[in-house]
Amino acid sequence: MLLISCPWCGEREETEFHYGGQAFVSYPADPESLTDEEWAQYVFFRDNPKGDFAERWVHSAGCRRWFNTVRNTVTSEFLS
Amino acid sequence: MTVEDLRRSPLASYPGVTEIPFLTMVNVRVPPTGDAAARISARLGGPLPVVPNSVVEAGRRHILWLGPDEWLVVGPDGDRELPGMLPEAVDVSANRTTIEVRSRDLLEHGCTLDLHPRAFHAGRCAQTTIARTQVILWQTSDEPVYRLLVRGSFATYLADWLSDAACS
Ligand SMILES: [Zn+2]
Repeated sequence: MLLISCPWCGEREETEFHYGGQAFVSYPADPESLTDEEWAQYVFFRDNPKGDFAERWVHSAGCRRWFNTVRNTVTSEFLS
Repeated sequence: MTVEDLRRSPLASYPGVTEIPFLTMVNVRVPPTGDAAARISARLGGPLPVVPNSVVEAGRRHILWLGPDEWLVVGPDGDRELPGMLPEAVDVSANRTTIEVRSRDLLEHGCTLDLHPRAFHAGRCAQTTIARTQVILWQTSDEPVYRLLVRGSFATYLADWLSDAACS
């Protein structure tokens, strides 16, 4: 069983959480000016590193809060 | 015929499980510090708890921490004042019913939280899953006595599961 640490509730079982993808993907500052390719990059393309990855998670069955964390994609160890 | 005559609790005819039906519950969303929180605390007669997953007693009501800006205020059945007393509150009384459980061993069959007294005790609450069902788990006494606040449509499933787990 993988334990994930919610910043509010502490360590809880993985099944209480949902994954939210890469963290720090910001909405385009000037969306009107984006080309189709730039939109596609924003909407569909994400980093896929082997190693440490900043991610968003939500404690969906608990306090329902979103938070950022760093997970090692090889070991699934949470580093923050 | 009044509303009280028409209402039915999910476990009204369910044997073997102690239900505390029709508790009055309101959900409060407000920033934890500031005028609104102070006014609500004064109105309820107790502070909105800021320690995650803790419960504050405020007269005949209890205030449960659900999130850094979210609380559940639980009053007795027939608490007619509570639903309308706070502009930031939404009446969610019909959302959940309450099951009382007096055994830690029983809950541990389907709950992954550490319920040992060193980690969980009276005055603590947690939103978690028991037997894959989302519940608000609230310990009201160190005997121990627990309350499970569960959505009405899941109540018979959880009651079935509790009855089954109690036999194993
Ligand atoms: Zn949480």
